[in-house]
Amino acid sequence: MIILITIGIIILAPLAGGLMTGIDRVISARLQGRQGPPVLQPFYDVLKLIGKESTEVNSMHRFFVYISLIFVVFTTVILVSGGDVLLAVFALTLGSIFFVLGGYASNSPYSTIGSERELLQIMAYEPMVLLSCIGLYYAQKSFFISDIIAASKPAIIYLPGVFIGLVFILAFKLRKSPFDLSMSHHGHQEIVKGITTEYSGRDLAVIEVTHWYEVIITLALVYIFFATKDPISHVFAVLVCILVYFLEILIDNTFARLKWQQAFISAWVVTGVLGTINLVVLSYFR
Amino acid sequence: MKVVKKSPWILHYDGSSCNGCDIEVLACLTPLYDVERFGIINTGNPKHADILLITGSVNEQNIPVVKQLYEQMAEPKVVVAVGICANSGGIFAECYNVVGGVDKVLPVDVYVPGCAARPEAIIDGVVKGLTILEEKQKVARKKN
Repeated sequence: MIILITIGIIILAPLAGGLMTGIDRVISARLQGRQGPPVLQPFYDVLKLIGKESTEVNSMHRFFVYISLIFVVFTTVILVSGGDVLLAVFALTLGSIFFVLGGYASNSPYSTIGSERELLQIMAYEPMVLLSCIGLYYAQKSFFISDIIAASKPAIIYLPGVFIGLVFILAFKLRKSPFDLSMSHHGHQEIVKGITTEYSGRDLAVIEVTHWYEVIITLALVYIFFATKDPISHVFAVLVCILVYFLEILIDNTFARLKWQQAFISAWVVTGVLGTINLVVLSYFR
Repeated sequence: MKVVKKSPWILHYDGSSCNGCDIEVLACLTPLYDVERFGIINTGNPKHADILLITGSVNEQNIPVVKQLYEQMAEPKVVVAVGICANSGGIFAECYNVVGGVDKVLPVDVYVPGCAARPEAIIDGVVKGLTILEEKQKVARKKN
């Protein structure tokens, strides 16, 4: 049964993630006054890339991307099957780090700049992700998602500040403006293509699929804050996930990219103020 | 496999164009023409691109650049020459430094005439290139 659920998650998560990305592209186009691509466009892109030749810079270059995918898939399985949220977050970080190493492995100046910016982004968002885990433990007395979403009160009641901070840093993870300085969906001629510069064919497809998993991971983190043992709350949590995703698309299309200093400082200020104060108040009352 | 026709990514290179055709290429991306409807993305990275869109004639100095861009692109790939200069050298054909059209250096698959080529013509040329792209992929598969 566990194996079946795991296989189900591994297959369905990228399908859902790809669909979300496709909807994202259509909504972005409509916000810019364009008609936009078909909703299934991300799938067409990936299938095309799989059929294309992969040019290999060196063997490690390709290896890191596949390892990154494995860790991200592992994270998705843990999160969606109700495992330990702390373990999931650490595995996700490891996936990001392997992706960065892949950028460095190519020795291309564009990839190297992309890797450095990606490292900066990881530094910027990681404290908030960890604070969210700690906050969830404080609120529901368990790191296990299956316990957290079976509580009588949703975590958002205890952790409004942490939740706002998490939504703030999700822009990093979803690669949205104003924090898309390492790898953006727009700006195809710019340096922001970063780490992907030297990848082609199947390897680029793997990077894209990894991103689909990451979309599901970020939305799963939002979901945890709203779900309780009440079945209606799960519907509500899904609605909040859709709302947060739309908000990120809207912010993506209305904000310009920030410099790395501003991105870094703003993320840490939000983490420090909203996250920490929320946790201090919570620890005082409980 | 028809997906290759649904997601052509373009690399645009300006040979020695007067920028007339380049502006028309970029006009294709605007809300009026919106080539993203067909899944077309203007990548700017040869390793991601399927279609090499060259405007302007080839001159002595950019021959190695054009060749390198073409070689860096992953198979299958298609070359589209946009504008009369890219087709034959146009009014610059007699210049001392101009070699001629793109076909002097690369195997061109689609010729888009015009000075400057209209966005409709460019989109039409790219769509014609997609059929060739599909055929090239079939040939590549048979080889493997």
